This record gives sequence, structure tokens and C-alpha cells, in this order.
Amino acid sequence: MVVTLLKRDLATLLPGGRRGGTLLPLLFFLAVAMLYPFAVGPEPALLARTGGGVVWVAALLAAILPLERLVAADLEAGVFDQLHLRGLTEELAMAGRLLAHWLAFAPLLLLATLPAAALLGLPGETVRILLLGLLAGTPGLAAIGLAIAALTASLRGGAALAGLMTIPLAVPILIFGAGALARPDPAALALTGAISLGLCALAPFVAGAAVRAARES
Amino acid sequence: MTTARLAATDLACSRGERLLFRGLSLALGPGEALQVTGANGVGKSSLIRVLAGLLRSVGGSVERAGAIGLLDERHALDRAVPLGAALAFWRALDGADEALDRVGLEGLSDVPVRYLSTGQTKRAALARLLGQNAPIWLLDEPLNGLDSGGVALVERLIAEHLAGGGLAVIASHQRLASGATTLELEDYVPPLPGGEGIEGRGSEAARPRVPPASHTPTQPPPRGGGVRWS
Repeated sequence: MVVTLLKRDLATLLPGGRRGGTLLPLLFFLAVAMLYPFAVGPEPALLARTGGGVVWVAALLAAILPLERLVAADLEAGVFDQLHLRGLTEELAMAGRLLAHWLAFAPLLLLATLPAAALLGLPGETVRILLLGLLAGTPGLAAIGLAIAALTASLRGGAALAGLMTIPLAVPILIFGAGALARPDPAALALTGAISLGLCALAPFVAGAAVRAARES
Repeated sequence: MTTARLAATDLACSRGERLLFRGLSLALGPGEALQVTGANGVGKSSLIRVLAGLLRSVGGSVERAGAIGLLDERHALDRAVPLGAALAFWRALDGADEALDRVGLEGLSDVPVRYLSTGQTKRAALARLLGQNAPIWLLDEPLNGLDSGGVALVERLIAEHLAGGGLAVIASHQRLASGATTLELEDYVPPLPGGEGIEGRGSEAARPRVPPASHTPTQPPPRGGGVRWS
């Protein structure tokens, strides 16, 4: 049952999937990395020092883009009602969706980090820390995004609100994840991973409760 | 199929600050159907959702024995994918067979759900309901958007469902020909604070209404009156 659900969620969310998942967040991510040198100038030392942080901010913004499609459409179509009647709790449905959401945006984002790093002329060591940091941080970004998407799903203009609400909550991940670039320190990466895991454990319950609460409204 | 049963005692339901109905009790066993009627906004959909366990009642309790199949205005089908794929997801969850030909949609499995008309979408939702094989059917306005053939189809499917030992609660302002007991939800609307009943019903609303005595021959008289009146 859970596998069926996960397959549908993946088909819905994966870029290029037949259900309308798009490559837009990735192109957006690459566009930011491309525009940055134009904005601050092509000085290699400056780009090498600040480029990693820009990639982090671009990754955070790219993680916000898919939130609109994450929960609202299924809530409106009554999919969660039907799952509930089949004994599938909202928490389980949301845990599956969290996994699908992460799989749909994080691996491709990590892959796109390589051309982005090339555009910014980042040194190899920075790219390594950047990739490790994103690997540790993106599950947390996905968890925050899912919880916020579920909370705002029944609101009008919920998508824009979701973006605004996700940004401040993502600050801890950004501080430790991007901070590891300035001062190479495995503890910062470990802390990013810890925050991510904590958020992933919490998000299905928050999102599940939000979906249930949306029924009463 | 386990013996289907759906019972509610002393249900009360409110939306926001407004009490929709109270003191509603019902009991349905295999082969029994109940049609809930009432004006728009009286709480038919809320009653269906309370019975389904999707909405909390402010008072009373609901007992269910058997899986619940819900058909309402939300079709729960992915609009972007072909009908066959959208239904395949639910079939995979329910372990059921293809039911498109039973609802008159054969040949449409390659058409994306968003291209279907209102009536066709309703029929597709019916196919999802049939595939679920649930003994308890909760149907919220099942006739909305259907042509006369669709109405006949729904009535035939309900009759087959009841004959197979299922039970059904149908909220509709259109009278179904299935010989179901009728519950007029407006009888349970609490009187307004001024002491006057809704639309001048007043004390009449408190008096129990006798359910229609005549049933069609195929419909056995509901045990215990089918609907209890408190």
C-alpha cells in the first residue's frame, strides 16, 4: 500500500514526470548561479569565496518552487479523505510524500551543483563541502517545505505564503550548511544533518495534523 | 464480507459556531438504505462526512462495521493523467478489477481526467467506488451532473450493492427510486434562539415523523425501523 502511494507521489513530483512535474526549479537554480558573476563581477577570488553561499541560497529558493503542487491539489481532490477511509493515516501519507519530494528535487539539485560550481569557478575542496552540506541539508529543507505546504494548502494564496514561511525556518540549516564552507569543520556538517533528521522526524506529524485540521475548515 | 453495520446515536454536528443538527440517531444493517433529504446547507454533506469519520461530531457517536466507500463531489482522481492510470492507482490500493465498463466509460481509459465532462467524472468516481468493494456506501449527491442514463445506472448499482449485503446512506435532494427509507434532516435542525423553529416548524419539528410505511417489494422493512427517531 505504501509502495503504491510512493510510486504515485514520485510520478507526480519527479521532473519530466507525466503528471506535470517540471525542471523549472533546477533551471532557476542554474540561472541564479549564472547571474551571480554578472552581478558582482568576474573576479575569481571573490567568486570562490562567496560562490558557495550563493549556491546554498539558490538551493533554498529552488526547494520552495515545488511546494505549490505538493499538498494542495490532493487535498482539494479529496485524495487524503479516500486514503483515510482505506486506513492509511495522514502521517504515513505525509512521510511517503516527504521521501518522494526529497527524491524529486535533491538528487538533481546535487547534480546541478556541479555545473553551477563550474559557472562560479569554485575550487574542488569547496565543491566537496558544498555537496556534503547540501546532502545533509536538503532533507531538512524538504521537511520544512512539506510541513508548510500542508499548513497553507487550504488557504487562498497559500503558495506565496508557503515560500515566505519556509525561508525563516530554513535559516538554521543555511547557517550551519553554508557556514561549513567558510570554516571547514565537520561538526557544522554533522549539525546540519542533525537538524535535517530532526525536521524529517517531525514534519510528517505536523503535515498530517494540518491535513486533518483542513477537513474541519 | 463481514456483516455490514452503520449506527449513529444522538449525533450533533456544528460548522463553526452554528449547530446544524442534533439528536440524530440511525441504524442500518445489510441490504438497508437510507436517503437523507433536506434543503441546501442543512447539513447533508456534513452528516455524510461525520458518518465517514472525516468530520468530528460535537455530540453522539458513530459505530461502523465494515469498510467505508465515500462518493462525494471530490473525485480524488489525478486530473493530469489518463483515466485508466488515475483509476489504476486506486485499484492497486484496493486490489480490485477494472470497472470502467460497469459505469459506461469503456474506451475512455486513455483520455486524461481533465478532459472528462462533469457526468463522466462522476461515473469515473463511481468506478473507483465499485473497485473499493466496501460494504458501507456513503454517497453525497451521487446524481449531480449525471444524465438520465447515469441516474438509472446509480440506482441500479445501489440496488445491486444492497442485494449483495451492503448498506448505503445517500444524501440527495432528488428522490431515488430505490425504495430507501427517508430521513428529513430539517427535522433535526435546532430551533432558533428566539424559540421559533426553522421556517415556522416550531413544535412540529420535535414530533417524530413516521417513516414512509410502503417499501418496494425487494426492500425488506428495516429492522428496528431502520431509523430511530429521538
